[in-house]
Amino acid sequence: MAVTYLEAIREAQTKLLRDDPRVFIYGQDIAGKFGGAFKATKGLAEKFPGRVLNTPISEDAMVGTAIGAALEGMRPIVEMQFADFSSIALNQILNNAGTHYYRTNVPVPITVRLPSGGTKGSGPFHSQSMEGLYSHYPGVVVMTPATVEDAYTMLIDAVAIDDPVVYCEHKYLYYHLKAEALPKDSFPVGKARIVRPGRDLTIVTYSAMLHEVIGVANELQGEGFEIEIVDLRTVKPLDTATVLASVARTGRLLAVGEAFPWGGVTAEVISRVTTEGFHLLDAAPVRINAKDTPIPYHPNLWSEHRPNRQMILTKARQILQE
Amino acid sequence: MLQTAQRGKKSKKAAPGKPSGKSAGVHDRFVEAFRWMLTARILEDKLASLYRGGMIVGGVYLGRGQEAVSAACGMFLQKGDVFGPLIRDQAGRSAFGEPLLDVVRTYLGSVKGPMRGRDGNIHRGRPRENQLAMISHLGAMIPVMVGKLMAKRMKGEKDFVGLTTIGEGGMQTGASHEGLNIAAVEQVPLVVVVTNNHWAYSTPNEREFACANLVDRAIGYGYEGHKIDGTDLNQCLEVIETAVKRARAGRPPQLVVAEVLRLAGHGEHDDASYVPQEMKGQPFAQDPVARTEKFILGNGLLNADALKQMRAQIAKEVDEAVATAQQEDPPHPREEDWRSMSTGDLLDRPQLG
Repeated sequence: MAVTYLEAIREAQTKLLRDDPRVFIYGQDIAGKFGGAFKATKGLAEKFPGRVLNTPISEDAMVGTAIGAALEGMRPIVEMQFADFSSIALNQILNNAGTHYYRTNVPVPITVRLPSGGTKGSGPFHSQSMEGLYSHYPGVVVMTPATVEDAYTMLIDAVAIDDPVVYCEHKYLYYHLKAEALPKDSFPVGKARIVRPGRDLTIVTYSAMLHEVIGVANELQGEGFEIEIVDLRTVKPLDTATVLASVARTGRLLAVGEAFPWGGVTAEVISRVTTEGFHLLDAAPVRINAKDTPIPYHPNLWSEHRPNRQMILTKARQILQE
Repeated sequence: MLQTAQRGKKSKKAAPGKPSGKSAGVHDRFVEAFRWMLTARILEDKLASLYRGGMIVGGVYLGRGQEAVSAACGMFLQKGDVFGPLIRDQAGRSAFGEPLLDVVRTYLGSVKGPMRGRDGNIHRGRPRENQLAMISHLGAMIPVMVGKLMAKRMKGEKDFVGLTTIGEGGMQTGASHEGLNIAAVEQVPLVVVVTNNHWAYSTPNEREFACANLVDRAIGYGYEGHKIDGTDLNQCLEVIETAVKRARAGRPPQLVVAEVLRLAGHGEHDDASYVPQEMKGQPFAQDPVARTEKFILGNGLLNADALKQMRAQIAKEVDEAVATAQQEDPPHPREEDWRSMSTGDLLDRPQLG
């Protein structure tokens, strides 16, 4: 029985609602028979009456309400319909939830789910990757699961964490990515995973880009190169030790992310490696991101706006030849 | 431990020379509210002088002119109720049970205060004890209050109510709109008290909103609306008591709009020279503390001696709190743990900048 990435998210929420009376889910169009724009909560409102609640189109108030409920001992999960709309709730997530523990000594255990990243034809307001922006601010954990197994266990972990978690789930993976079964064990939160060992080049990535990178590594294997792939899993905290250890083995670094290019996760990875592991590098580190324009609508433009397999392959070959 | 202020007994002691008979309870309540108003006024005068003396950094924000409506906001909340005060709510905070030391320690940055030097002035709160800690972004605390009340309902608590305050300036944000609306959608037992002090920093009402009165929004949001003269303590007490009772009884959220004049600058750095002289003669520009004091003396609720005693007692309490907090350590950067989250092993290398 295969499980998709989306089903893993639904199953995690089912388990959370079943096992923990403090959990409720709050978001737009998530209740009733409809079950969410992507069906991540389908069937849950019927199964758990009063605990999967539709909200008005009020992203700020959705998160504000979750903060209040968390302060009263609940473990709310907020579903943003699209990550892009969470910009309306930045104030609540970052200025309110993100500062609360530092200011008052009282943490705010909310989980905000962001259906993130690009899919064909989704355009500038339904495609964004906001992990870099959230990571810039103190006080929040930012998760970017790339596999079905991580989608499941990390959402369960997110709700268990006493602090605010921004959980970036990638829409491109919802239906396409499948696993044999839900995992029994989880990999620790905050630890990156070596997806495949190698000796010639480290590619650090996360979320949907992992699968592009795996394709690249397969292709380069045919050319005799062994690529080590690091999946960050959480981008904040960033598991710098695992990245540095990998670069120590390979001497070369490529960081790949789907977000906009100015600053962000890939810039942080390269900044840390060059400042703390400059001596480990045999070639200049390189990063690949989306282009610095709004995300285009037409698939012809979109497929060149985000990093694609060909771009990654070209860059990887360049670094390997240095 | 913060608790809502003790009612009844304490105020009877503090009100020698009170009239006896049927009206005694109402009079007690009136005098008790006045005591919170006076506490706020005396405390805030002290804070302003500490600020002018360079003892408080950042800013000092006074509730001068809003003491009657603010005191009433704290008066009818009981244990288990939630208070979400804003910038000009010293009277309400004190009436709700906030110790003077919390105020002074926060302004002076004492490590023993609830904010431990990490945040200052009016951002203080004790969220575990049902006093929310406001952020500066106006309207943001309305949905937080909604969430507190929803969670209480989910946990099966009964007979609770939440009261949050905002100004006419804060009413114009998108967050306020979302928060007010979602409260009505969720039908939580909520009272929102809006104090129109006629100035959003230096911006007058005509550049803030265009409806005749903000209470007109009540019907649009599905609230029950009330309009009051915020300088009239009797009205403030009666109307806010009614609103709290109605919310507690399960009626829709309550919107109370009080008219006052901000009798200070936005903060103590601001001389408010933009307030036109003619506005200061308007009925809403009356000083509620002076007006209430006059009423108390004129109606024999307290005699001049008792008032003088009350004033001296409050001043002593304020001075003691200031003296205590001044002796306490300010935060030290080397003793600060620089942790933004409670989960230590998920911090992103807090030792490194």
